[in-house]
Amino acid sequence: MIHFSRWKIILILGLCSLGLVLAAPNLFSKEQLAGFPAWVPKSTLNLGLDLRGGSHLLLEVDLRSAFKERLANLVQAIRAELRSERIGYSRIGATRDQALVVIRDPDKKARRGRGGQTNIERAAKLLRRLEAGTEVDVSGARITVSYTVEARRERDSQVLQQSIEIVRRRVDEFGTTEPSIQSQGSNRILVQVPGLDDPERLKKVLGQTAKMTFHLLDERFGFGTPLPTVAPPGSFFAKQRPDKRQDLQGGPPGRVYVLKKRVVVSGEHLVDSQPSFDTGRPVVSFRFNTIGARKFGRVTQENVGKPFAILLDNEVISAPVIQGPILGGSGIITGGFTVSETQDLALLLRAGALPAPMTILEERTVGPDLGADSIAAGQIACIIGFILVLVFMVMAYGIFGVFANIALVLNMALLLGGLSLLQATLTLPGIAGIVLTIGMAVDANVLVFERIREEVASGRTPLSSVDAGYRRALTTIIDANLTTLIAAIILFEFGSGPVKGFAVTLSIGLVTSMFTAIMVTRLIVVTYLRLRRLQTLPI
Amino acid sequence: MAIFPLRLVPPNTKIDFIGRRKIAFVFSALLIVLSLGFIAVKGLNYGIDFKGGILMEVRTPGPADIDGLRKRLSGLGLGEVALQEFGRPDDVLIRIERQPGGEKAQMVAVETVKAALGNDVSSYRRTEFVGPKVGGELIQAGILAVVLSLLAIMVYVWFRFEWQFSVGAIVALTHDVVATIGLFSVLGLEFNLATVAAILTIAGYSINDTVVVFDRIRENLRKFKTMPIETLLNLSLNQTLSRTLLTSITTLLALLAIYIFGGAVIRDFGFALIWGVLIGTYSSIYVASPVVMMMNIRETITSGSVGGGETGQENPAQ
Repeated sequence: MIHFSRWKIILILGLCSLGLVLAAPNLFSKEQLAGFPAWVPKSTLNLGLDLRGGSHLLLEVDLRSAFKERLANLVQAIRAELRSERIGYSRIGATRDQALVVIRDPDKKARRGRGGQTNIERAAKLLRRLEAGTEVDVSGARITVSYTVEARRERDSQVLQQSIEIVRRRVDEFGTTEPSIQSQGSNRILVQVPGLDDPERLKKVLGQTAKMTFHLLDERFGFGTPLPTVAPPGSFFAKQRPDKRQDLQGGPPGRVYVLKKRVVVSGEHLVDSQPSFDTGRPVVSFRFNTIGARKFGRVTQENVGKPFAILLDNEVISAPVIQGPILGGSGIITGGFTVSETQDLALLLRAGALPAPMTILEERTVGPDLGADSIAAGQIACIIGFILVLVFMVMAYGIFGVFANIALVLNMALLLGGLSLLQATLTLPGIAGIVLTIGMAVDANVLVFERIREEVASGRTPLSSVDAGYRRALTTIIDANLTTLIAAIILFEFGSGPVKGFAVTLSIGLVTSMFTAIMVTRLIVVTYLRLRRLQTLPI
Repeated sequence: MAIFPLRLVPPNTKIDFIGRRKIAFVFSALLIVLSLGFIAVKGLNYGIDFKGGILMEVRTPGPADIDGLRKRLSGLGLGEVALQEFGRPDDVLIRIERQPGGEKAQMVAVETVKAALGNDVSSYRRTEFVGPKVGGELIQAGILAVVLSLLAIMVYVWFRFEWQFSVGAIVALTHDVVATIGLFSVLGLEFNLATVAAILTIAGYSINDTVVVFDRIRENLRKFKTMPIETLLNLSLNQTLSRTLLTSITTLLALLAIYIFGGAVIRDFGFALIWGVLIGTYSSIYVASPVVMMMNIRETITSGSVGGGETGQENPAQ
């Protein structure tokens, strides 16, 4: 324990210098760092949102609803397929997990030229090749089509990826630096946006699916006619957006329309959308791509003088009358908007619709001033804790306390360097973790020093006391720190956000403090003893 | 150098810790019963992390008129609204209970509150809301984390020592965890994710302390094969006493710095850790070691089934 080979000394000094070099960038400002040559390490501490200010939002994608829509489409496809083959059915629809159809006259021969198959055989054959990743099950006259587990999982992950992409586009529109958007689990998205002035707006923008569709009104139930109790086939009810303002071109808020189910054109064909003004009123202007423009042009041409409705997430935002054919593919939406509403709507339309609705499960927003206050308070706590421990160690162990303090300073450098290198997020509890590490880091040294004192008391020579002290304390140090490390690692696994940051600093702190106590202090103590050749140890 | 080095504990102390184990057991039993009683009857003041709900920290232009703000917010029909000064007279912490009706309702309530506060607030320092779904998951994750880490520590100690030590460690740790949760119940401190982190850290600190004592007990068991177990435990505790106190003091110094200067947001966290260091130090002396003794550790060790440790082969010091 008192012999260091040359390579070991070089390794210890090398690691310490590396720690100092990696920690050094934190002393400089971003601007200063940018001026340094390229080979200088520039990673600084990665501050968490609770320190730099910003919003943390946990979103959940409603995969169930996306799946429901997919099933509805499947039912549509089945219906079309059976119709084109003229196979009759008595029932068709979707259950919770599958599409179901009951074939009429299942055992009757299908149309001529189909190889003598019965209706049910023919239908099953058709439905089997309808869509990849489906399983078809026939029992009696019933055919069920369900998605395989893999197909469903794959689609779910697609929906999540698409949602992340749309969320990213929407967040990017806010123009903040370094937003982080990542998936969490199979159906969640964690959005972290530093330095945001208006988190409410972000939440509003993220909370909307923004599915825009254009529908014609069912002419039998135009303005002024009484509404039917149930929607007629091919039509559906839609409500005017519940807003306090009255739309000049639509009805009052909450007004119910009967709309044709067929979508004339939808938001997916939009190429651009901007907030704008029309005769002094805030409006949203939009432009379709070629396909959208063609569809929109044809319908407006055929329906001049008739009203149509623009729906956003199944609510009518505007129901103007078609004044004339709109052939250029661009138009405006008037909806009694405020300026900021047109800005948000234009943003949503530009970024595109989400494949499934999302809900915000959790929000944690910290204002920039609280973040700055927390950093300042954390720094003061660190410095004061540090000084208290330094003074106490010198009081308790004299010159050996000074050695432990050198190790403690190096320990801090290694900890900061490690955090910068790993780009681990430093949070407010993380700062508490650093301060706690300061207090606990000296423990390994205390264990050794106490042991040396005992050895001295039992009459050993200084060198032999130091040797035995380190040797005997070693297993204790490792056992004691490993058990604490176990708790810290589990905390990291299960904790979220700021708590994770605490676990990271605590874990790195434990490792660096073991290194500095066992290696660095020992090197200093041994070197000191060799230089001074003392008869008694000043401990 | 006359006063240095300062010795907090004179060498060769002979304090009879084990002799007082009965008093300690009564004290600990009382502590645990009281803690469990308070947890059962008074319950815990769960923060929004677990309960769901809304938390806002706002700064007002001048000293906050808390009663006025409370009246205004109570009129919004958002259920229970709690306000308190937070660290400074112009800082107010607003807690609003979980809104019925899922995730969206929480978001709407945040908007309502912001609209109602209007110009009475100069800045929103913090806005947090946790929906019912996440809250439930966080409780589960928190409980799982505490239980798993206790088990992992137990297994580690079992692996490195004898099973008797592992029992002693787990009893001491559970003692610390229950007493800490009990303290939160008694004082009505907010129990949130940071508290779970504090509990795990306390467990980490306490086991650290306990393992140091265990290490010495194991060493002495091999060295002094005929020493009565009571004497041996007392010897081990006295030998490690100086270290126990020194480490506790340096850790407490650092924690006091967090508690006093670290800001209002982590004050409770710092407080929990300070309590943890005290209870952890107490339990490694008065709970963990007596439990090991009660498990008849002597018989296992002297029958010679010990593994590990390099000190075993050495000649005993006088």
